[in-house]
Amino acid sequence: MTKANRGARADRTGATPYLYLAPAVVLFTLFIAAPIGYTAYLSLRRVQFSGLGLGKKSRTEIFVGLDNYRTAVADGEFWAGWLRVLGYATLVLALMLGLALVFALLLDSARVRLARFSRIAIFLPYAVPGVVATLLWGFLYLPSLSPIHATLRAFGFDDVDLLSPSTVMFSMVNVAIWGGTGFNMLVLYTQLRAIPRDYYEAARIDGAGELAIALRVKVPILAPAIVLTTVFSIIATIQVFTEPMTLRPISNAVSSTWSPLMKVYRDAFVTGDLYSAAATSLVIAAMSVVPSLLFMRLVRRQAFGEER
Amino acid sequence: MRTKRLRLVMSAVLVGALAAGCSGGGQEETPQETGPVELTFWTWAPNMDKIAAVWNAEHPDIKVTVSKQAGGDEAAAKFLTAAKAGNAPDLVQAEYQMLPSFVAAEAVADIKTEVEGVRAQFSDGIWNLVTLGTDGVYGLPQDSGPMMFYYRTDLFTKYGIAVPKTWDEYAAAARTVHAKDKTVYLGGFSSKDPGWFAGLSQQAGGKWWSITGEAWKVGINDDATKKVADFWGGLAKDGVVDTQAPWTPEWNAALNGGKILSWASAVWAPGVLTSNAPDGKGKWAIAPLPQWSAGENYSGFWGGSSIAIAEGSKHKKAAAQFASWLNTDAKALDLLIKEAAIYPAAKSGQALMTTAPEYFANQADFWQQATTIAGTARGFTFGPNVNVAYSAYKDAFDKALQNKSSFTDALGAMHDATVADMKKSGFTLAS
Repeated sequence: MTKANRGARADRTGATPYLYLAPAVVLFTLFIAAPIGYTAYLSLRRVQFSGLGLGKKSRTEIFVGLDNYRTAVADGEFWAGWLRVLGYATLVLALMLGLALVFALLLDSARVRLARFSRIAIFLPYAVPGVVATLLWGFLYLPSLSPIHATLRAFGFDDVDLLSPSTVMFSMVNVAIWGGTGFNMLVLYTQLRAIPRDYYEAARIDGAGELAIALRVKVPILAPAIVLTTVFSIIATIQVFTEPMTLRPISNAVSSTWSPLMKVYRDAFVTGDLYSAAATSLVIAAMSVVPSLLFMRLVRRQAFGEER
Repeated sequence: MRTKRLRLVMSAVLVGALAAGCSGGGQEETPQETGPVELTFWTWAPNMDKIAAVWNAEHPDIKVTVSKQAGGDEAAAKFLTAAKAGNAPDLVQAEYQMLPSFVAAEAVADIKTEVEGVRAQFSDGIWNLVTLGTDGVYGLPQDSGPMMFYYRTDLFTKYGIAVPKTWDEYAAAARTVHAKDKTVYLGGFSSKDPGWFAGLSQQAGGKWWSITGEAWKVGINDDATKKVADFWGGLAKDGVVDTQAPWTPEWNAALNGGKILSWASAVWAPGVLTSNAPDGKGKWAIAPLPQWSAGENYSGFWGGSSIAIAEGSKHKKAAAQFASWLNTDAKALDLLIKEAAIYPAAKSGQALMTTAPEYFANQADFWQQATTIAGTARGFTFGPNVNVAYSAYKDAFDKALQNKSSFTDALGAMHDATVADMKKSGFTLAS
């Protein structure tokens, strides 16, 4: 290697990578870092009124340090919200991903009929926006007009309230599963189609049936994709907002702080306290990162072991 | 030489542009403006664009553009956010109970001097709602929502009940009706409509907020309101009033299908009944609300709104001209009634209401009755954090309905949440 050559390379490693990075850095700064920074700034402040708070200059914005965080963390309703979301997330993750895996494996098996139609039918709900899906299911949950209730009555279950405190969570889980299974199934299915067919050939020669192939060959190879869909789903379920928000007007069992994110919405836009909302949203962000990282750590060895 | 001059010109232009950019706010207050003043107006009243078009045709120098909004809490939140971001509309339709929070957020302007001439057009009760009992004027009243009792004449006959004169009679009738048919209710309690509950509390003489000297007094759990809460709590506990969430397809079906026989609602209810319960046309009638004591004659307000002008507006004077025209001019009032189905706040506007709504074709004296009832309505001062109180109402009473727990406790929770928020925000509270 000549000296000139080495010089050229040093040059390249100097400016060029930064040039390539620049657009991403600029966009990140403008649309992610700056808003987070502003949120952090807001979270340290509060509006202070004086007297009746009606005349001019009776309203000042003051610095309050970590007060908003203290209030957020000390609020029992906030943790009750987390508890509800935990229950909701557990159900959604188990049922939705379980169903997605089963559907993907079924569609991938050689004997399935109408594969293309079934694939689209299962995926289609994902194309329905969350609000629309929830409204649609909401109508089905209301007793007098709903075929669900008609069916339940036919089997002798009168007076079933799908929007009561004990059932409304399952009603929401149902909407999430209906909407999310198709997407996760498609991710898993795509991964399945990428597996070389020779593996199955070899397994069959060894005497494995379809079920054994699915469990012993397909699922282990799918592990990284399963991890990916799980992480996405954890993040999505922690941020649950659309379903409870949309069901709230038709049910007496969904409070304005049903999920932590709803509390942020209420504080910011219903009661007009942007500062508490900013603090709470940063707490939620931190708390969403933790379970995702924990899960990644837990499964890294099993899922990505061979890559390291 | 030439280049030097060019550069000079260029820099002069640049400096001029910069100066114009910096002084954007001040510049437009100068009277020598070119072209008409452009005003934006946020409202949820139907056909307001048609009414603005009439104004625009007559006033080429002030052009109003209507932006249709969703009503309710969202409208208020959106306006407050826009005001904070510095791009609020010039004019905004504001529900009376939201005005204090708009004023506290310094989002709406005091237009006392701009609207001095129209004071006499409005009754004292209504005018108080836009002054908040202070020296300022924070909006012009547009419509009001006195409450009355809507009932199904045919079904009252069928179930053998008379129009209740007192709330005791109402309770007895509710029990009678529900005993005769388990699927039918005389009326409902709504945990979703804090404004409805506020109106009933006003009727009972409740004063949720009041100003004594330089301090706020919060009386959400005062005796009058407790009486109202206990009354509905007892009926809800016994299951003789409908407690499902209103405004759902389910509720519409019940209202339309004769499963709900009456509705304590406001003067704007004919619009709701027309669209949500079309089959009941010609079968409903109105009466004054049942009273707490025989011989009394009171009502309350549910809803109603004013037109406020944003503090950030650059054309407050022009905006006030339009707002005055819209809410006091005979032609505009006529349009408001016909196009926007509004019950005007202006006295002269109420006098224009003569033809009963089509839905109430059976009741020719609908508006005469409504006007008499409107005269008996009493309101109260709304506080600076009505949104907090209303949000707490929904949560607390939702819960009370679900757990069949005490309505008095729910009212207490609502009171405490409101007081705690005011304390935290630094408002002076009377002890």
